[in-house]
This record gives sequence, structure tokens and C-alpha cells, in this order.
Amino acid sequence: MAQVKKKQGKVPGIFINRRWCKRCGICVELCPKKVFTTDTLGNPVVKRPESCVWCELCELRCPDLALKLEGE
Amino acid sequence: MPTLTRQVSRGETGWEETGGKPGLLGYLRTGMMPHLWCPGCGHGIIMGAFLRAFDRLGWDQDETIIVSGIGCSSRVTGYLDFDTLHTTHGRALAFATGVKLANPKLNVIVLAGDGDLAAIGGNHLIHAARRNINITTICFNNNIYGMTSGQFSPVSPTGSWATTTPYGSIDRPFDLCELVRAAGGTYVARGTAYHVRSLTGLIEKALKHKGFSFVEALSQCPTYFGRRNQLHNAVDMLLWQKEHAVNVRAATRMDPEDLRDKILIGELYRSEAPEYTEEYARIREQVRQKAREGDLVQ
Repeated sequence: MAQVKKKQGKVPGIFINRRWCKRCGICVELCPKKVFTTDTLGNPVVKRPESCVWCELCELRCPDLALKLEGE
Repeated sequence: MPTLTRQVSRGETGWEETGGKPGLLGYLRTGMMPHLWCPGCGHGIIMGAFLRAFDRLGWDQDETIIVSGIGCSSRVTGYLDFDTLHTTHGRALAFATGVKLANPKLNVIVLAGDGDLAAIGGNHLIHAARRNINITTICFNNNIYGMTSGQFSPVSPTGSWATTTPYGSIDRPFDLCELVRAAGGTYVARGTAYHVRSLTGLIEKALKHKGFSFVEALSQCPTYFGRRNQLHNAVDMLLWQKEHAVNVRAATRMDPEDLRDKILIGELYRSEAPEYTEEYARIREQVRQKAREGDLVQ
């Protein structure tokens, strides 16, 4: 938890590899802060990066290893 | 030792255009990605957990052999940039035992599915556990044979629906962790794809453990298991895992009545026992000593 609190207020770079992503929706549905939304084709789109608390659960739970958080 | 040439990635990975740089790329044969697992398949999550655990330990990829059998999960060896063996159905542990005995310095890791380890390779599993050979086994348990279109497996829960159980399964499932523990395995743990952080820690501990270590990683198969069992997509299946998994430490304080349909996760068992390759080296040295002294009975 300490780690999450320390990083609050900073916006991470959220990178999605479109070639690897299979649009399973895990990152969109299981993000505790609802950072992602989907476009009309079901692709995940980063909508609210400022609410990200850097729990990294989207990166850890991405079955296709297609998601990456970067930043300080 | 000659250095083995790694497979060079074919084509671009797709990361170039995003600008991101994933830390796990060094462990993947990126030319083989994206992998063939279905959208939402938990095997990718468990593969990621394994790679992160391996990365934390900082072991050498060239000193590590990954062995798999046949099945969806066993395709994992194709994506990992280690020295890998993709073996016959159920025999991953048999091949791994051979590798470990031939060169005990290598880290030998078996990644196999529930059908591989519990059904056709059931004997190899119990005997590898009995010998307590220093192999880490991660079972990708998705409760079904996904590659051959969804037959029920020995770990499918009673009453679950599959292609070959159109009216629900009447079989009682194996508890693989209890099986390995009873057979003599010295590290037994269970994790789920939902609790991926805890799973990564369990895999790391299993890799470090000396002796036969077994991690049952519950995966989800939305295509064959979920679709027939009222869990319509990967998210539903992950939430099912969230609702049904109870940490083993929390379970000690819970009412047995509440634990009836729950799955215990966490480190279930750990002990110390003589390790097989060390015992084998010891007996070899004893025999050599006797031969040198000339009192070896022929």
C-alpha cells in the first residue's frame, strides 16, 4: 500500500501493444479505478490516466503481456 | 560450455510503435508472439507470473531448462527464450528427471497442464514427488482439456459440464496439492490467476526451494470451461476465483461450514527431506571409494 500512496498524484505512461492485445477485457473490467474504456471494436483505450493509483494489476493480469505501465 | 544461439526475433513486436518497453521481452521469443491462447486465457497470466518470479531471482536463462508436455499450457515452451523441451503427452516430468540427473547443476522447471500432470502423467507426478528430486513443477490447472475441444479432466469439479459430460460430471476431482503432499513433495502451494501477485511470490519460493516443489496455479478457460459452466467470459471466471479462494492462513480462523465450497490458496505445505540428485551423487561416491579400496563385491 505504501508504494501506491507514494506514487499517487503522478500519471504513469500506460502502453498497450495493439498487435499482442486480444481484447479480452480483463484490464477494462478489473481496473479498480476504471482507467480504461473500450472503443467500438472492443479495444482497450486509456481514458482516465490521472485516476491511476499504480496498482499494476492490469499489467500483471494481462494474459497477452500486452500492457505496460511506465514512469517514475 | 558453448553458448547456445538464441532465436532471433522475427519481425517487429508491436512495442516499437507504442514507445513502451516491457521488462519481460528478454525472456520471450518475440517472433512467436502474440501467443495462440484464446482471448482471456489464464495461461498467459501464469506465464507472466512465472517470468516475473524468475526475473526477481536473477537466474541465468542458459542454466535453466523448461520442460513441458502436450496441451494448451504446454505451448508455453514455444514462447519462452530459455532452453526448452516440448515432450510427449504426460511425460514432462519423466524427461525433466532425466535432465536433472544428467546435470544436477541446471535449474529444471516443468510447466504442464492438469491433463498432463494428473491424468496421463499421474504416475510420473507421484514418483517425482516421492523421490523429492529438485524440480519445480507449475501446474496450469484450467479444469479441462482445452486443446482437444473441452473434454473433462481429473480435476474438473463434480457436476461441471464439458463436451464429454453433457449432463454434468459425476467424477470426484483430484486435489492435486494433497496428492503431491501425500506422495512426498516437500513444497506445495496453490495460487490463482486472479491473485497474481501472491502467485508470483509462491512461484518464487517454489523455485528457491530445494526438493520437489509443486505450485497448482488455477487458470481460466473461458472458451471451453466457462462457456459451458455459466461463466461467460474471462472476467466472470476471474471473479469466481476471487469469490472462492481463501488464503490458507485466513482459513484457520474460519468456520469449516463456510469453507465447504472454497479453495485454499497460499503455501500449503513445506518440509525438508533428502534431495534425490544429492543422494545419487553420494551413493556414486561411496561405490567409487569402495572400488578404489578394492573391496567392491562384483
